Amino acid sequence: MGSGGSRAAQVPDAERIRRETGFSQATLLRLYHRFRALDSNKKGYLSRMDLQQIGALAVNPLGDRIIDSFFPDGSLRVEFPDFARVLAHFRPVDDEDTGTRDPMQPEPLNSRMNKLRFAFQLYDLDGDGKISRHEMLQVLRLMVGVQVTEEQLESITDRTVQEADEDGDGAVSFLEFTKSLEKMNIEQKMSIRILK
Amino acid sequence: MDGTELVAKIFFTWLSLVFGLILLPSAFGMSLGISEMYMKILVKTLEWATLRIEKGIQKESVLKNSASVGIIQRDKSPMEKGLRGRDFELSDAFYFSKKGLEAIVEDEVTQRFSSEELVSWNLLTRTNINFQYISLRLTMVWVLGVIIRYCVLLPLRVTLAFLGISFLVIGTTMVGQLPDSSFKNWLSELVHLTCCRICVRALSGTIHYHNREHRPQKGGICVANHTSPIDVLILTTDGCYAMVGQVHGGLMGIIQRAMVKACPHVWFERSEMRDRHLVIKRLREHIADKKKLPILIFPEGTCINNTSVMMFKKGSFEIGGTIYPVAIKYNPQFGDAFWNSSKYNMVSYLLRMMTSWAIVCDVWYLPPMTREEGEDAVQFANRVKSAIARQGGLTELPWDGGLKREKVKDTYKEEQQKTYSKMIVGNGSLSTDSD
Repeated sequence: MGSGGSRAAQVPDAERIRRETGFSQATLLRLYHRFRALDSNKKGYLSRMDLQQIGALAVNPLGDRIIDSFFPDGSLRVEFPDFARVLAHFRPVDDEDTGTRDPMQPEPLNSRMNKLRFAFQLYDLDGDGKISRHEMLQVLRLMVGVQVTEEQLESITDRTVQEADEDGDGAVSFLEFTKSLEKMNIEQKMSIRILK
Repeated sequence: MDGTELVAKIFFTWLSLVFGLILLPSAFGMSLGISEMYMKILVKTLEWATLRIEKGIQKESVLKNSASVGIIQRDKSPMEKGLRGRDFELSDAFYFSKKGLEAIVEDEVTQRFSSEELVSWNLLTRTNINFQYISLRLTMVWVLGVIIRYCVLLPLRVTLAFLGISFLVIGTTMVGQLPDSSFKNWLSELVHLTCCRICVRALSGTIHYHNREHRPQKGGICVANHTSPIDVLILTTDGCYAMVGQVHGGLMGIIQRAMVKACPHVWFERSEMRDRHLVIKRLREHIADKKKLPILIFPEGTCINNTSVMMFKKGSFEIGGTIYPVAIKYNPQFGDAFWNSSKYNMVSYLLRMMTSWAIVCDVWYLPPMTREEGEDAVQFANRVKSAIARQGGLTELPWDGGLKREKVKDTYKEEQQKTYSKMIVGNGSLSTDSD
């Protein structure tokens, strides 16, 4: 019949992804359509180029780091389950999540810990679990471009690392990171509410 | 023998019907009211279908009442509010990562390069996103619709298109043989208009023209938003324009060469297009001659899906002369006119057009505009763009339609970086921040 694409396509492996991410069926379908819309050559996966095509992402100062978080360990393609998993970090925290959770199950992807972990790895360039002074400098450089001098950037970096570093090793570990953001309302700042 | 005779007879009667009922009236610019009746029946059927669908899904959540509302709840506060604002904090990454992920889930540009979602289904498979089976009657109407569209309308439309194009080529070639005179111009206008009307009938097009007193005059430039190649057809049905574009090969090339014999269009070789000054010079010469037809230009440079107007390239606005803006808005309920060139090639696009219900659109002619003192081409382009967007009810976007194929320029990223840098460096001292 109509030569249009199958817009009503079903999400492959939907049940497993739903369990892992906690997205509703309708939201998952929306994200799947978005995934397919971004997949310009209908390859079935997304490459870095596909994400860089998004104008609003390309002008984001942390755009490259955000794109990197979709391609861990040097991989070159991201398929839908992994795409959904990254987005799941930004799912708003519902009451049902914090209420009766089975302690044997792994933590939901949108828990406070996991949101913080996502933000942490935006800074932790080599993934070694610590944000060194050098890494902090590089990420800051990404965010300010050429607008700030090297000295100013170094003093900002030094101050930030000093404030957060507790054991004096000159780097910020994940625990130190979470401690310094104890009072912050992570749940609200790192949540994207998708309307049905 | 009898079989073939019968087939020949049927074919003949059909052809004469087509001739009598469609072609002749087109030549005189009249209408017999058949398409109006078809549209009325169509509208009634679609209304009935919408009611059935709404009744069927009342138990579930209500359909979104506007397809253009985003799917994310957005916090539109600027960077200054989203961040703490005094110095760099580790938490600043949250703001940017949230904005970045929001853009990945939904951004205002990428969605413009695919067809608009409909609020309620219009009984075409291609627009069926998540409308499930409702009732037997609805399915039967859908099947009837498929039969009508593919078995009755499609052959008719293909015949008309074929006739229209052949008539255009033959007619313009014949007119081209005549020596230059006002009679030749009048005749070439007649040929152009007739063929365009036939081609519009070939798509079951219903066009409403508004404010015809502002129609583009000779020696001016007509500027419009671009949704599909059919835009050209729609505008030329109501007046003759000189077109601007590249010389193509194949069928398009034949049409182009024939048309240019009858009246002066501006066709460029591919190599010439790259030389901007040459292009501007030729266009300037064209509009300087007040007897030549107005030029038709689409400043967006690419097809957008008719929900928004993207950046107008300043080239057309540097030529000078009077600009006549035109806003074109299609009604997506009857057929989606947007050409997604990455998804469909020209032939499959035309087939999709011919198997839709109809092409319904509104054309608004806006009052002419000229560049004001102290206004540069970019500002002028934006002014015209706003006027067109307002009239057509389209969203206005500053992004470049070229984003369909290329990446965004780095200059935009620098602006964001500048704003952020001002925040963390501009205010407050850095050196000794004692807390």
